[in-house]
Amino acid sequence: MSRLPIAIFLGFALLPMAAAFGAETYLLDLFMRVMIFAIAALGLDLLVGFGALVSFGHAAFIGIGAYAVAILASHGINEAWISLPVALVAATAFAYLTGTICLRTRGVYFIMITLAFGQMAFFLASSLAPYGGDDGLTMHARSTLFGLSPFKHERLFYYIVLACLVGCYCLCRALVVSRFGRVFRGARENATRMATLGFDIYRYQLAAYAISGALGGLAGFLLANATDFVSPAYMSWQRSGELIIMIILGGLGTLHGAIIGTLVYSLLGEWLSGLTENWKMIFGPLLVLVVLLARSGLLGLAAQVAAWWRKQHAEPQA
Amino acid sequence: MSLLVVQILNGLQLGVLLFLIAAGLTLVFGVMNFINLAHGVQYMLGAYLAVMFYTLTGSSLLALVFALLAALAFGLFLEFVVFRHLYERDHLDQVIATFGIILFLNQAVKYVWGAAPLSLPIPELFSGSIVLLPGLTYPIWRLVIIASGLAVALLLYILVSRTRLGMLVRAGANNAPMVSALGVDIRRLFMIVFGFGTMLAGFAGIMIAPILSVEPGMGDTILILAFVVIVIGGIGSIRGAFIAALLIGLADTLGRSFSVDILRLVMAPSPARTVGPAIASMLIYLMMALVLYFRPTGLFPPKGR
Amino acid sequence: MYRGFTPLAAIAALALVTTTANAQDKLKIGLIATLSGPPAVLGQQLRNGFRLAVKDLGGKLGGREVEIIVQDDELKPDIAVTKVKALIERDKVDFVVGPVFSNVLQTIFKPVTDAGIVLISPNAGTSNFAGKECNPNFFVTSYQNDQAFGVAGKYAQDAGLKKVFLIAPNYQAGRDALAGFKSFFKGEIADEIFVPLGQLDYSAELSKIATAKPDAIYVFLPGGMGINFVKQFRQAGLADKLVFLSAFTVDESTLPAQQDAALGFFAGANWAPNLDTPQNKKFVAGYEKEFNAVPATYAFQSYDAALLIDGALKLTKGSTADKKALQAALQKANFTSLRGGFKFNTNHYPIQDFYLVKVAKRADGKFQTEIAKKVFTNDADIHAKDCPMK
Repeated sequence: MSRLPIAIFLGFALLPMAAAFGAETYLLDLFMRVMIFAIAALGLDLLVGFGALVSFGHAAFIGIGAYAVAILASHGINEAWISLPVALVAATAFAYLTGTICLRTRGVYFIMITLAFGQMAFFLASSLAPYGGDDGLTMHARSTLFGLSPFKHERLFYYIVLACLVGCYCLCRALVVSRFGRVFRGARENATRMATLGFDIYRYQLAAYAISGALGGLAGFLLANATDFVSPAYMSWQRSGELIIMIILGGLGTLHGAIIGTLVYSLLGEWLSGLTENWKMIFGPLLVLVVLLARSGLLGLAAQVAAWWRKQHAEPQA
Repeated sequence: MSLLVVQILNGLQLGVLLFLIAAGLTLVFGVMNFINLAHGVQYMLGAYLAVMFYTLTGSSLLALVFALLAALAFGLFLEFVVFRHLYERDHLDQVIATFGIILFLNQAVKYVWGAAPLSLPIPELFSGSIVLLPGLTYPIWRLVIIASGLAVALLLYILVSRTRLGMLVRAGANNAPMVSALGVDIRRLFMIVFGFGTMLAGFAGIMIAPILSVEPGMGDTILILAFVVIVIGGIGSIRGAFIAALLIGLADTLGRSFSVDILRLVMAPSPARTVGPAIASMLIYLMMALVLYFRPTGLFPPKGR
Repeated sequence: MYRGFTPLAAIAALALVTTTANAQDKLKIGLIATLSGPPAVLGQQLRNGFRLAVKDLGGKLGGREVEIIVQDDELKPDIAVTKVKALIERDKVDFVVGPVFSNVLQTIFKPVTDAGIVLISPNAGTSNFAGKECNPNFFVTSYQNDQAFGVAGKYAQDAGLKKVFLIAPNYQAGRDALAGFKSFFKGEIADEIFVPLGQLDYSAELSKIATAKPDAIYVFLPGGMGINFVKQFRQAGLADKLVFLSAFTVDESTLPAQQDAALGFFAGANWAPNLDTPQNKKFVAGYEKEFNAVPATYAFQSYDAALLIDGALKLTKGSTADKKALQAALQKANFTSLRGGFKFNTNHYPIQDFYLVKVAKRADGKFQTEIAKKVFTNDADIHAKDCPMK
């Protein structure tokens, strides 16, 4: 099973070679956005897949990271070694502060309160008139790194994003198998039992919430540089909903499922919207079908298909 | 002073509208443990059907009746085809499936009726304004909405607390498997609850259509507000939904109209004018966060939750 | 098996997406507009107007066969950027026409002009691109926002209205609208309200207006916002008590929903369907026949955009290869605009007349705006002086 993630990353790495034959900038741009959202999706999968904490305000972390970059840029500060830490700290702080309140609730109430904070971030950004308000804020220059402009070169930027994605994946993977991860996952299974074992679940969940916020902030930093633009729409509840769909589509709780889900959701939307104006009439029912039929997302579906295939072609054993 | 009275009435009107939508949502959620994001499009569909039947029949009354029936039929159809299979699944799956339905219906409505906003005239009998107090005129139709909302609330109260059906619904909200084990056809109960909820949402859409424009996506914003209402009120509680809806309707309306004036007391007019509306929009979410902080399961959660 | 899924998917997507259109002679126009959500009707008008023009010109612009590729920006600026990049990179369009909304324009401006492709906006006309950030590759066939907003202000000042109440949405265009009005109107401002973008219920604001008792109200509430406001305004009984002045609030895209509620209301615009030129009469008749709706400014301005391209290509003998020649040809505005006189200013924004228009009901029951009075003649926008292009 661990060969699949390597195959995925290899695929991403080889894409620019294939893209050189076609519409290079467009494809690089498209897949780069896929990878950026995949980073945020990884953070969300950590919460939802491993902790059963369904956060419906996750887009806020992306937005906060993005706005940090854009606001600094509008004041002339473009250095990545300033704006990246600021983006990460801002997103993590927001996650930590809101997490202290959200994690007191459970189940659907948790979903709603994360939604509430997401909406508050959205309306706050909409009211920032000096930073564009509802219209958003254009960045006239991308982040620089010690005077160099790595983000201006499409291919180099692409590989930087890929490196971030691989790094975040490894970080999440390490977290999940570590002691921290086992306590966190244990809380999902049976919180009472974990508490009797002496673990303060709340602290572990808060830490996980903050880490996923940081990942979102990183995604936001990269997104702002990729699109040269930030707007409150980055934090809308529809975007948070899309993130949830992405991780479920791929397969919850598998980490690389989040990446696959993001890839499929984005490419499918891109392809369908080129076919017809009413593409959402096809996309909507497709989602419904996926939920009804593919219970563990695409990875689960693929595993079922693989198992069926193996059974069909197994040697008859005595 | 008259401005305050008008704003309070407006707040009540919004609250009553929210209640009509939230009631169905909280019932379905409470009894069937089913998150129905598609409730917002049900509201939108009610409005579109009202416009369609009015264009066909020319009569507001007939339009109301037919639209209600059509909305009910469509809701039951959705229940039969899609939702029924989702009751056993976890909330996430329900969210995604109903989200898919939103995407489909928002687009389908645009496909069938076009993207341009449509309008419905107010029934002749209720058009115009009346004078409530000297210097205070108020549109009659808005009073009609308030009255009908309160009437529905009363009807629901009687149904839920005084009838056998209501008793089954309350029992089902507490412990559905037990109700089923006692020999009640739980499938039929669910269908009735769902159908009723769907009709309430459609009714809200029909009533508001003459005031707001009927367009694709009109259900999305109100959906979020409705969820805020049922969370604050306590999921599964109609009483909670009623109180929370009025609370939110008043807070939102009064907040929007007086936020700028209140802020002008502490800051210059120009920033107050842009910060005011922003804070007003955030107000209900702040309220929800506050309520959940002190009462993590809402104000009036049904016993046993 | 599924291990190779992702690279396969990538290559499959690549194959699906790379169109190898060999037709060198075909002129490719990329149209970007908002075609989903409540403002979809504006994008549809923009698209329909352009398509009608191409049809009227026999399917050719400047003698070349035309292929129009339409993309929906969903009013999401970051999606607009991806779609526009697809138009430029994947579809290799020769022109990009659009968008409807100013915030989308802000984001697509750089990618299109940096790629050396001409961007023609048939609607959005923000001040920054009229002034300091003007660009040889950017042309506007609509107006500069300030001008449209100033019309009502000038009228109010000249008509002697004393006290006016202002209302607009809380975003850049909204703030520009009220600033534009105030730049001409020097009387008393009863109050200025900014409502959240997308707000639909105006009960609170209408009560405030009634209490303030102004002579007139100036409204900028586009799309669904305007529809709701107008209906609720009439229902509150205010229509008989004050003069209704507006911009982009009562136009042919919203009138089908507003209907009688908007009768007699005023707006500032650079055109109306009953503008008396032969080409306009033909356009309006043709549009109504084809699309069964009265055209609004979005349609006529994009019709003009097509005529603009046609006229320019006639001068360059159909070639888009020499960018400087193409820009010069476009600057000449070699076409007869539906609005009559048309000239580009040094910043590529039009110099044109502006009118006060009034909502009226036609004999066939449809609603449209009609010219009441000319307010600005050959008006140029105030930002042209900041533009370095001469």
